[in-house]
Amino acid sequence: MPKTIQRWTRSHEFWLLAVVVVLSMFLTAATDSFLTLQNLFDLLTSTSFAGILAAGLLVVLVFGGIDISFTAIASVAQYVALTIAKTYPIGWFGVFFVACCTGILCGLFNAAIIHKVRISSVIVTISTLNIFFGLLIYITRGDYITSLPSYFREGIWWFEFTDSNGFPYAINFQALLLVVAFFMTWVLLNKTNIGRQIYAVGGNEIAAERLGFHVFGLRCLVYGYMGFMAAIASISQAQLAQSVTPTTLIGKELEVLAAVVLGGASLTGGNGSVFGAVLGVMLIAILQNGLILLGVSSYWNQFFVGCVILLAVSATALSQRRRYA
Amino acid sequence: MKPSANRPLISRFVRENATTVTLASIFMALLAVFGLILGDRLLSVGTFQSIAFQTPELGILALAMMLALLSGGLNLSIISTANLCALTIASVLQFTIPWGASGSVLWLTWQVGAVAAGLAVAILVGLLNGLIIAYFGVSPILATLGTMIACKGLAIGLTRGNVLSGFPDPIVAIGNGTFLGVPLAFLLFGVLCVFVSVVLRRSSFGQKLYLVGANEKAAQFSGIHVKRVLLLTYALSGALAGCGGLVMMARFNSANASYGESFLLISILAAVLGGINPYGGTGKVSGLFAALLLLQLISSAFNLMNFSQFLTIAIWGALLIGVSALRSGTGIFGRLLLLEFWRAKSVVSEKA
Repeated sequence: MPKTIQRWTRSHEFWLLAVVVVLSMFLTAATDSFLTLQNLFDLLTSTSFAGILAAGLLVVLVFGGIDISFTAIASVAQYVALTIAKTYPIGWFGVFFVACCTGILCGLFNAAIIHKVRISSVIVTISTLNIFFGLLIYITRGDYITSLPSYFREGIWWFEFTDSNGFPYAINFQALLLVVAFFMTWVLLNKTNIGRQIYAVGGNEIAAERLGFHVFGLRCLVYGYMGFMAAIASISQAQLAQSVTPTTLIGKELEVLAAVVLGGASLTGGNGSVFGAVLGVMLIAILQNGLILLGVSSYWNQFFVGCVILLAVSATALSQRRRYA
Repeated sequence: MKPSANRPLISRFVRENATTVTLASIFMALLAVFGLILGDRLLSVGTFQSIAFQTPELGILALAMMLALLSGGLNLSIISTANLCALTIASVLQFTIPWGASGSVLWLTWQVGAVAAGLAVAILVGLLNGLIIAYFGVSPILATLGTMIACKGLAIGLTRGNVLSGFPDPIVAIGNGTFLGVPLAFLLFGVLCVFVSVVLRRSSFGQKLYLVGANEKAAQFSGIHVKRVLLLTYALSGALAGCGGLVMMARFNSANASYGESFLLISILAAVLGGINPYGGTGKVSGLFAALLLLQLISSAFNLMNFSQFLTIAIWGALLIGVSALRSGTGIFGRLLLLEFWRAKSVVSEKA
């Protein structure tokens, strides 16, 4: 038993958790509003988009690939789904079905090109980001969609209860999707045979191929899953924003990447955990939220986030170097 | 096999510059196609001048990206470095108004000083990148992602997101002036291309950089001070990004923390299209130069045909995938393209 504890205290997740807990305790002590249900719900709702994408990106990173194009996929998926939902009564199921199909198709396109052209996935997905996004804006002329169907505008509002101050709370759409996304990713990576194969290919692709793993199939699955998560995230974002703007999502891709690598996923593949990714997303969200609550001008937000990322990646690299030295 | 010196000069040139020749051929072919469609509207001095005006911003940033790619890394912080540099220059220039009349020597010296201060900031950011990558052992994507967000954050924090604008004439001239009909920014870009090319081909640092990019371990064991090479690479990359920032601020006559962000991924696209191996070790300035002209030709022609600029970036993306497919030579198109086939053959014969 002590050995397990010892291993756990050495892990990346442990230190990240410690930082998150210390930061949360400090914010609870320093501000009145941090540890309130309202703030925590707001936090959950506003991180939903980045969090769901982080869940998808984690799988790609574990596989040893990288995807930059997911914000463009998300833009395409939400635009296609809600354009159809605007004219035809397809309902919730239909919106999700159309968005997910679009997302998965875009993801499969990435996988096929990476496999066929055999150049690094960064380059392929930078290209496809430009292709998806460029074509989307060209075809739609950048028009917004504002008149969404009424069921979509209302979202969901489950288990409502009211606190002593009279504020109503409920499980909302964004929070639900976020939890489902991370749960699905956890099941995929930790509880299925395919998850183990994804780790294996990420660890050593050539060895995995020699062992008889179907690398192309796995690649399709991983990039398809990323596309699927991008679609889910885009629906969550559209519901929150109550409109679809094809240009708002582009440019967020590197922030999501930063959150996932903060959570300990390595860019060389084979490493990374769902818990770490959750903590990475949480740390950035709490940091940004805390700075606002502390009254620091929001203009300085990014500076602190950048410094935390630099400190975290440097500390991780230095501690690893010491271990292997 | 015959030693390569005995081969005919032209075929040797083609073999050694396969990427550049391929891109130049695509350029000529597209020029002919677009020329037939658009006629005089494309084949005019004005069009080529506008290409020469538009190339330097992306071009200088792509040079900065190229150095990092050659070392086997990546520099995501070039845009925020460029903006930080531009804002530094802009804020130093704000103090120029009280003293020194327009046109005096002092006035001019002050501007040179401002540019130097901006470049110094850019080099500092580059050194920080190099330090974290070489000495802490952080992967380049992560390190430069961190400095990208931190630098942009610093710039936003200090300016509160505002635009600084209105610069003295000499600065504005860098972006908008011409010399014998050639834009000054394009001349600057040309000078930087030659500089980088000479550094890469003729200096010992350049040779070491290629070796480090090709195989870091082997470079280490052959006595190259890998860490120092990486530090210098990122410092130089930062300095070039700073020059990009100078051109950008001169062209817009303003500076802001979030200008030019769409250039980041495009600069990687341009560099890889220009034959820079994203895993490091190979690539030439001439290839990059050809790639940039090709991209701008497509952009200008599409602009004349009234296509949206977003269709242009989609085509740019498709072009990169297409050329990469040709290069990897696995597809039928790869075998059809003579030049690349030639190169593949020469690689085989050199190995034999």
